[in-house]
Amino acid sequence: MIFLAIGHPVPAYLQALPQSSDYARILPEIVLSIFGMVVMMLEPLIDERKSQKLLAGIALAGALTALASVWFMAQNPGQAFWNMVQVDGFSIFFHVLIIGIVAVSILSSYEYMGVQRIRAGEYYALVLFGAVGMALMSSAIELVLIFIALEISSISSYVLAGFRRREASSTEASLKYFLLGSFATAFFLYGVALMFGATGHTNINEISQTLLAGQVPLLAVLAVAFMFVGLGFKVAAAPFHVWTPDVYEGAPAPVVGLMSTAPKAAAFAVLLRIVFVVNVHAIFWVIWVAAALSMTLGNLGAFVQNNIKRLLAYSSIAHAGYVLVAFAAAPAAGTSAVMFYLSCYAAMNVGAFAVVSHFANAGERYVTLEDYAGLGRSSPLLAAALTIFLLSLIGIPMTGGFFAKFYVFSAAVRSNLIWLTIIGVLNGGVGAYYYLRIIVAMYMKETRREVPVAPVSFAPRLAIAVCLIVTIYLGVFPGSVLQYAQDSAQQLVQQPLSPIPSKPAPAAAATL
Amino acid sequence: MNIRDLDQVILTLVTFVPLAGGLLLTFLPRRDRDIRIFALVISLLTFVLSLHLPVYFHRVRAGFQYEIDRQWISTPNIHYHMGVDGISLWLVVLTTFLTPLCVLISWTSIRERVKEFFILLLILETALVGVFTSLDLFLFYFFWEATLIPMALLIGMFGHERKVYAAVKFFMYTMIGSVFMLAAILWLYAHTGSFDFVVIRDQIASGAVPKFPAAAQWLFLGFFLAFAVKVPLFPFHTWLPDAHVEAPTAGSVLLAGVLLKMGTYGMLRFNLGLFPEQARRNASWIMVLALIGIIYGALVAMVQPNVKKLIAYSSVSHLGFVVLGIFSFTQAGLDGAMFVMLAHGISTGGLFMLAGILHERRHTYEIKEFGGLASIMPLYAALFLVIVLASAGLPLMNGFVGEFLVLSGTFEAKAVFAILAATGVIWSSVYLLWMYQRVFYGKVTHEVNNSLTDLSGYEKWAVWPCAVTALVMGVAPILWLGAIDPAVQAALNPFTRLASRLVGQ
Repeated sequence: MIFLAIGHPVPAYLQALPQSSDYARILPEIVLSIFGMVVMMLEPLIDERKSQKLLAGIALAGALTALASVWFMAQNPGQAFWNMVQVDGFSIFFHVLIIGIVAVSILSSYEYMGVQRIRAGEYYALVLFGAVGMALMSSAIELVLIFIALEISSISSYVLAGFRRREASSTEASLKYFLLGSFATAFFLYGVALMFGATGHTNINEISQTLLAGQVPLLAVLAVAFMFVGLGFKVAAAPFHVWTPDVYEGAPAPVVGLMSTAPKAAAFAVLLRIVFVVNVHAIFWVIWVAAALSMTLGNLGAFVQNNIKRLLAYSSIAHAGYVLVAFAAAPAAGTSAVMFYLSCYAAMNVGAFAVVSHFANAGERYVTLEDYAGLGRSSPLLAAALTIFLLSLIGIPMTGGFFAKFYVFSAAVRSNLIWLTIIGVLNGGVGAYYYLRIIVAMYMKETRREVPVAPVSFAPRLAIAVCLIVTIYLGVFPGSVLQYAQDSAQQLVQQPLSPIPSKPAPAAAATL
Repeated sequence: MNIRDLDQVILTLVTFVPLAGGLLLTFLPRRDRDIRIFALVISLLTFVLSLHLPVYFHRVRAGFQYEIDRQWISTPNIHYHMGVDGISLWLVVLTTFLTPLCVLISWTSIRERVKEFFILLLILETALVGVFTSLDLFLFYFFWEATLIPMALLIGMFGHERKVYAAVKFFMYTMIGSVFMLAAILWLYAHTGSFDFVVIRDQIASGAVPKFPAAAQWLFLGFFLAFAVKVPLFPFHTWLPDAHVEAPTAGSVLLAGVLLKMGTYGMLRFNLGLFPEQARRNASWIMVLALIGIIYGALVAMVQPNVKKLIAYSSVSHLGFVVLGIFSFTQAGLDGAMFVMLAHGISTGGLFMLAGILHERRHTYEIKEFGGLASIMPLYAALFLVIVLASAGLPLMNGFVGEFLVLSGTFEAKAVFAILAATGVIWSSVYLLWMYQRVFYGKVTHEVNNSLTDLSGYEKWAVWPCAVTALVMGVAPILWLGAIDPAVQAALNPFTRLASRLVGQ
């Protein structure tokens, strides 16, 4: 605590030890880990029937405390732990996003867990531990640390996917996710090793400086391509997307809401650092093809789905494609478009899955399109909320999804990617169809069988309200979030050329 | 307070009062009568507010008036820029005029989910007015897309048997058409750094936009496709009959009265305004399509067994006149196109209301189900005749003025086209009068028709204004053309410059 003030002279013999500012720079991760451990330790001590409420409360408190601690982290921008972690506007943005998603997901799973009669303890602990990994992914700049963070987040999501233990489909989802996921992370690790071979570094900034100094060796291109495969799996980009529908169908609905947004955001954050900071142009066409394929295959696949969760799984593949369009664009505009897109997507998708988890009922019995028929009459408010989330996924004005698509395609046009833009906007138009099918079912079809809709309890109601407010806020006043994304993107793209100044960057200080 | 102080905010008020009313309506308890009254009050208030626009409009000035220009989002540079000129002025008033009539005509015919219906109707009004008032391309696209949802929901929730099919078809057609416009708008922004219509127009005119000549044709087509689907120009018209037949009456009225004009307005404002050279180069095939639309629409209308489908196809024919007039690039042609838009809005809106009244009583639109109604429903028959004659283009009625101007303008540009298009006028009296004869004259062929009641109070209030306006527009078109003329002249300026440059070479 003595050395908290940054820039204070530190005795030479202490410099080898981590200082308090180092800890401040990973404070949210520390907070999340502590709360996760508290949940784990309390779980066996209390009565199983009562544990749900308390543990969810602790987990939520943990997420909120972590969110608050991001503020302390933001006061100490710079690198920590011997340049392994870097706190800048970019990582702060993703910390807020990821921990926010986790908090809302905890809210939306609270009721679900009770309805499905799932033991709560490990669930909340795993959610918090997963958040540690994802948050760390967004601030780590050391490839090995990124790999470790990726594993922390992946392993907890493998387990979370299998939480409906009584269902075969959930076990299948978990196993499938685990097997294919490990395969993909191996690719990432392979890429790290190749990169080390090519440049002699595992630190992204140093790699970038080495690559900028001379000609880019083929090995480095290959390394980035391998890492792209690994991360492409995590974000469900085509052609690495085949696991998505099965896993999303089997996993518990609130987990899917979490899984389709937070780990994706984290993986995209890593991808942003790798693609734009390492700046290897050679993989431009890989990204181009992956973007076009993801959008097209995702939308085409979604057309024929009757299960809402499968439908939203394909939609998430398509949305990964839209995000990748921005990756193909010029760094400055592309980065901010990606960041804005991810925050909108998080709000609308977590919201949609919160509604889906509520409708699903015990054993997730009601998840097909037919079950949604007539919901506009039987529960107008929930149906209206889901409609707004779906309209946002389509990209209709007044919702965040509209600006998200708009910024992505605007970045693409500015980089002269006319064909990719045309493929993208066409997909956006055609893709409207399957979201519309859900809206049509809710409002224009008559109920066929009795679908009981329980009254919504406070926690999921709050979760849906938060998602709604964010979705509409981003659709009407996108300016402030976009401005922040642009400022931090500027930092991200420029910084590797010079060592990070130890005093707070003005942009980050001004916005927070 | 001086009433001219309103000038700054009037467009904002006219655009957003309906939306505010719709949002307020969500908090009202589900007492259907109160909801109807509230919706009527809001839509009438909007209409009264919108009358401020023509009353204090400077008729001789060509540029945009009542402008408001505030920054909405700094990067990208999106402005809340609104304004009207003689072209958009009357389309705004047309929208606000038809909406209260829609409320009246739905008074008794909508019995279920009344609250949702009127909320959607008011939201739709805001989006429609916004399309005509926005001068920022982004804002325009924003409202353009925003019209889709309430309209599709109106068709899908309150329509007839095949409502879902019609709603989805309507949505997908327009959605896919307009994404090309989005791509074109994004290109323009990327190369001019602005979404502002006036700024982009001036930059293009002065040749300051890099890479513009290579891209211009594609940009023109991007905009044109979105508008052609909306108009609908042959061969993009297939969504229209489905949407019309299945839509509830108020939906059809706004669809035919205003939504179709979004397409022709867009052509006039953006295709001609931003890309005069490409407009001239593409004019010939577009005019051919318009001509096919006029004749094909009329012939298909003639053989329809269903009143509503007949009116729907007649819209394809009438809107063909508008496109023909626009791409004739003559003063008379453009004046006429504008006038046909307004006249078509009034008379087709009226026809759809009258058809809806019939459906309300017999739950069918089939012509052969009726006959001899003139003796049973005399007032209804009289009003129907007035509107039919207006629509068929009888002199001294509104349809005549517009079609005459379009034809004379087209004659100046391409005489053959005018001669062929003139047959459309004949066809329109054939299908309309024949339909009128089969429905109203002769013997009463179906027993049930004997007990039909004449117009009720609300229905009278809905149809009368249309009939009166149709007559006034036919007798004193100058009231409308006075404001249209300078705006059209300004829109044609680049074309006269272009022509003189060509002559000078």
